[in-house]
Amino acid sequence: MIRFILLQNRQGKTRLAKYYVPLEDSEKHKVEYEVHRLVVNRDPKFTNFVEFRTHKIIYRRYAGLFFSLCVDITDNELAYLECIHLFVEILDHFFSNVCELDLVFNFHKVYLILDEFILAGELQETSKRAIIERMGELEKLE
Amino acid sequence: MIRAIRACKTAAEERTVVRKECAAIRDTINENDQDYRHRNLAKLMFIHMLGYPTHFGQMECLKLIASPGFPEKRIGYLGLMLLLDERQEVLMLVTNSLKQYPVSIRNSFCFCILAFFYSDFQTNLNHTNQYIVGLALCALGNICSAEMARDLAPEVERLLQFRDPNVRKKAALCTIRIIKKVPDLAENFINSAAGLLREKHHGVLITGVQLCTELSKVCGEALEYFRMKCTEGLVRNLKDLVNSPYSPEYDVGGITDPFLHIRLLKLLRVLGEGDADASDCMNDILAQVATKTESNKVAGNAILYECVQTIMSVEDNGGLRVLAINILGRFLSNRDNNIRYVALNMLIKAVAADAQAVQRHRATILECVKDSDASIQKRALELVYSLVNESNVKSLTKELIDYLEVSDQDFRGDLTSKICSIVAKFAPEKIWYIDQMLKVLSEAGNFVKDEVWHSVIVVISNASDLHGYTVRALYRALQTSVEQESLVRVAVWCIGEYGDILVKNVGMLDLEDPITVTESDALDVVEMTVKRHASDLTTKAMALVALLKLCSRFPSCSERIRNVIIQYKGNLLLELQQRSIEFNRIIANYQNIRSILVERMPVLDEANFVGRRDGSLPGTASTPTGPSVNLPNGVTKTSVAPLVDLLDLNSDEAPAPSSSGGDLLQDLLGVDLPSTSEQFG
Repeated sequence: MIRFILLQNRQGKTRLAKYYVPLEDSEKHKVEYEVHRLVVNRDPKFTNFVEFRTHKIIYRRYAGLFFSLCVDITDNELAYLECIHLFVEILDHFFSNVCELDLVFNFHKVYLILDEFILAGELQETSKRAIIERMGELEKLE
Repeated sequence: MIRAIRACKTAAEERTVVRKECAAIRDTINENDQDYRHRNLAKLMFIHMLGYPTHFGQMECLKLIASPGFPEKRIGYLGLMLLLDERQEVLMLVTNSLKQYPVSIRNSFCFCILAFFYSDFQTNLNHTNQYIVGLALCALGNICSAEMARDLAPEVERLLQFRDPNVRKKAALCTIRIIKKVPDLAENFINSAAGLLREKHHGVLITGVQLCTELSKVCGEALEYFRMKCTEGLVRNLKDLVNSPYSPEYDVGGITDPFLHIRLLKLLRVLGEGDADASDCMNDILAQVATKTESNKVAGNAILYECVQTIMSVEDNGGLRVLAINILGRFLSNRDNNIRYVALNMLIKAVAADAQAVQRHRATILECVKDSDASIQKRALELVYSLVNESNVKSLTKELIDYLEVSDQDFRGDLTSKICSIVAKFAPEKIWYIDQMLKVLSEAGNFVKDEVWHSVIVVISNASDLHGYTVRALYRALQTSVEQESLVRVAVWCIGEYGDILVKNVGMLDLEDPITVTESDALDVVEMTVKRHASDLTTKAMALVALLKLCSRFPSCSERIRNVIIQYKGNLLLELQQRSIEFNRIIANYQNIRSILVERMPVLDEANFVGRRDGSLPGTASTPTGPSVNLPNGVTKTSVAPLVDLLDLNSDEAPAPSSSGGDLLQDLLGVDLPSTSEQFG
């Protein structure tokens, strides 16, 4: 199960944070800080997995942005790595060539995409097209 | 607003902007402005993301959720999920904001809010518009608490059969959350969950599979049910998926929906674990996945990895296991670090099942210990450690020690402790043990734990035929690695004990290079240790004892020794000062008993030491060697075993002598001189 998802830039500013387990606000800030510290200095040659307390962080870097997932220790790391990539592809399609600013100004949309992709810490939909279509329908309602 | 915040150069500037915005938002909230409500909430969420307090907006979320239009509801739910988590927190925060009211009113007020919140949730779940139902499910899935789970479970179960697939999949994931919160509810969902497994829609199927996996984990009845009714269906599903033609919608790196593959394999694993029939049923498809999946992309490897995990945990099938371990072997030689990492992780688990098969990949695993990535190193080392046995200990230890010379500082601690425990556990003969330990001590003596060098000394003292060999080897090692603290300690102890053997070249083994050490050479080494600034207190104290011992081994040098010892009589460290004064008197005044006092230590009791190290002997007071005694100062002390006495820093802890000759040594360190001289003077 995914415990939380973080999107951070290189300076450690959190661009998106989604928690599937209840945490206190102060704890969340601490976690965000620690995760950033963990991933930002790793050599790109190293594995994309880091142990974090009793869980694992699976992270992937896209330009200046780090996508980090915190998952259970027994979960399939490679699958989540692929999952991050799929999420990025969806964002890329949706915003056509996504960049950090898109995510800042349209953060509520990013959350909506995420809600269509992952729910309750589990994968909800694996088809890029289905999610993009669904987002299109939702946009039309506004 | 976002633009304004981004334009801020300093944190202080940002704070002012945020404060202004918050004030403006609060004003509009007070005016109860319908039109701007959702925009305000959107702003609030952004402010929340920056880490500012936003609890005053929580009521706004509820109002928005209650409003009829979809866009408003949508933002409301988004805010709800972001700004709040479980209901307890809503309750708590609402309570906090209501502190000014008396308790009774406060409670009823909270209750109203919650009732309102609930009924609203319920209406939304029953709404005819699938998008609004979707929103409610989404929120429920992300913030549901145990109470909510109980109340809303029937609604969610009904939604599992909703006509729109988007709602069905959301409902399935909500159910996962519900049964995690309240496992008792699991049995209500078994039938509808099994229904989801017959779906063709990928999204619904994958959520259904995840739901079944979770149900099987929390509820034994569900596990049985799925085993009986669904195993074949799942195998068929997986088969269809593996053989499905190219479909661009789900394609990842040439494989159709790897995520679904993985979830199916995971569910099969849960079903097959501990059940021979179910395992039999899936053998063919597992073999097919393991052999047919392309392994040149991450997606393919992820499937293979999951498949290996399943093979290793379902009921025994020799052929498949070999296949699985070979896949892991292939992973190990992959250039991608991620893949090697998961392979090592998996092999660690596989060692328990089939050590023989893992042994074949030993060479590759050893290569991974030398990798530059710390997490790979760590895993590989653990794996190597579990692979060591009597037959391969020599070659593996050699490899590890060779690597110790070039390894990273950070990694040395781990590596050293693993080597030490391998050597101690599997050493075929004493001379090999001593050789290896000396190598470790001279390479990484600073990383060695106290009990390790203690046990080296115990072993040395027990190997009486190797005393000469050891002390010469140590003398040589000391010439090159003075900065390794624990090597120095062991060496100093041995030179003190076996100084005469060192000088006279007793017990020369064939394989040794001859070496001539004069008495003053040996003294130089010890003296240097005492004088070196970097040596710590324990080492210096041990060196002083060694000097005392040497003065009876080398009577001709006793004047020189005394000169060295006497330099410490004004030392600021009490321990050194005390030792210096005591030893000085022994050398000067008690020549007649000196030789008995400093005679060689009795052989240290190995079994006793091992027992104490493992903590299996209850208290040392009960061991025959060290009875409880009364010290002159009247305090009853419990005595400890001889080795520790000699090495022990704190002289107060050491016991007064019982009667045997060997105990005189303890005396030297233990009680102060007057009482010693009383007894022997």
